[in-house]
Amino acid sequence: MANIVQFENVGLRYGTGPETLSDISFTLGSGAFYFLTGASGAGKTSLLKLLYLAQRPSRGIIRLFGEDAVTMPRGRLPGFRRRIGVVFQDFRLVPHLSAWDNIALPLRVAGMPEEDLEQPVREMLAWVGLGERAGAKPATLSGGEQQRVAIARAVIGRPEILVADEPTGNVDPDMADRLIHLFDSLNRLGTTVVVATHDFQLLARVPGAQMMRLDKGRLLDPTGALRYPPPPRGES
Amino acid sequence: MIAFGTRGGETRRGGADRRVLDEAGTLRAMTWVMAIMLFLTLLAAAAGLGTRQAATALERQLAGRMTVQVVEGSPAKRDTIAAQMVAALKALPQVRRVMPVDRAELTRLLAPWLGAAGADADLPMPAMIDVDLIADADPAAVVAAVRRIDAASRVDRHASWMSPVSGLMATVTWLAFGLVALMLSATAAVVVLAARAGLETHRATIEIMHMLGSTDVQVARLFQRRIARDAALGAIGGGVLAMGVLALVAARVAAVGSDLLGSATLAPADWTILLLLPVAFVLLATLAARIAVLAALRKTL
Repeated sequence: MANIVQFENVGLRYGTGPETLSDISFTLGSGAFYFLTGASGAGKTSLLKLLYLAQRPSRGIIRLFGEDAVTMPRGRLPGFRRRIGVVFQDFRLVPHLSAWDNIALPLRVAGMPEEDLEQPVREMLAWVGLGERAGAKPATLSGGEQQRVAIARAVIGRPEILVADEPTGNVDPDMADRLIHLFDSLNRLGTTVVVATHDFQLLARVPGAQMMRLDKGRLLDPTGALRYPPPPRGES
Repeated sequence: MIAFGTRGGETRRGGADRRVLDEAGTLRAMTWVMAIMLFLTLLAAAAGLGTRQAATALERQLAGRMTVQVVEGSPAKRDTIAAQMVAALKALPQVRRVMPVDRAELTRLLAPWLGAAGADADLPMPAMIDVDLIADADPAAVVAAVRRIDAASRVDRHASWMSPVSGLMATVTWLAFGLVALMLSATAAVVVLAARAGLETHRATIEIMHMLGSTDVQVARLFQRRIARDAALGAIGGGVLAMGVLALVAARVAAVGSDLLGSATLAPADWTILLLLPVAFVLLATLAARIAVLAALRKTL
């Protein structure tokens, strides 16, 4: 399994405050499923921000798709961001756009002609079970529906990595099951999935997923190696 | 260029003109600001161009015109000198026309001040000769010819009488052009402020766009297009209003019947400039928006 993400002794400090993340070292293998766990305030969101290039680290090395993401010129970031799908805890849908338009946004950003949008967006709406809510604005959708639109938007561009920050935090257990099932099915198609959660029950719903545990800004594994009791997918 | 708009015909997608940036209304304050700015800019430009035309016309009329005054006390000698002058001036290649002003005309000109006394033959009045030069001729030759015949005679160049007026008109012209420059600068500043305010208003949407892989240029285009549309709408409104006002002023000026005011007309080239100003206005606003947005985005990751 090739590594598509590599962190080495990464530290993150906001302004002149204390380090939010310290000495973070790990690798993510292509096509694997990871849970990032830890209590609130452990640094999960900060770590994800580094992963989806919303933040540069204060120190350390981050290699993304084989390239140095720390010193990468700003102008190259959009190309890399298009290879990463992000699902935010608060959805971050564009409020005045319909579900259809929100989902189509990444394809438009990527320059896809309008006439080619219909099929992938329709398929994605069907995949998340919102085929009948295409014209609905986010304000008229339930939390679960908004989260599914956010997931559809995150994956419609066929990202190589999907990063989800507490995706089940605002939905009921049934919806959480459905969302995790969506992530799992996407992972089976080859996308590397990283889900940050403090809900350990979720871990059991994806057999073979791996786990990274964060505590007070540090990975609990001293070596930085990823581990989880069940063996990684594809291994005995 | 990214369309960021849904295709028409399907109401579930909210219409064909849906934009990523929220539309607060079809006619925003920016449109009004642009209309007012362009209206004032066009009036200032028209004033400057019209005044320049009047100054040019005045200069053209007066530059080659002069009056020779023979100030000899003896009437007989004065008439002799005047006749010599007329003959000498007519012989000059720089001179287009020589016209002695007869005594009756002088009397008529002085009547408001001297009344009937102006007609007294014993009243010593200078002999006057109007001289028109050919275009771009050097008046020094005329002065030299006059001096050779009678050193005491005076040569008055009409242009020098009108130099304060010409100076005033030049000042007004440059003042008007300065106003145009100021208005354009103010417009650019307004656009920059509007773009920055827009960035702040749409910060959340722009962050989403960036996370989805939008480039700065793509985001800037959203603002450019929006401000260009506002500016174009404003330019149309302000332009039409300004043209109406100019037509009204032109009609009023024509009714006055003044030669000086009447010469303050706009040449075809001036009208072309006025018609191009709204286009330049929109381009300036678009460019200012682009520069402002790109500069602001460069400060983000």
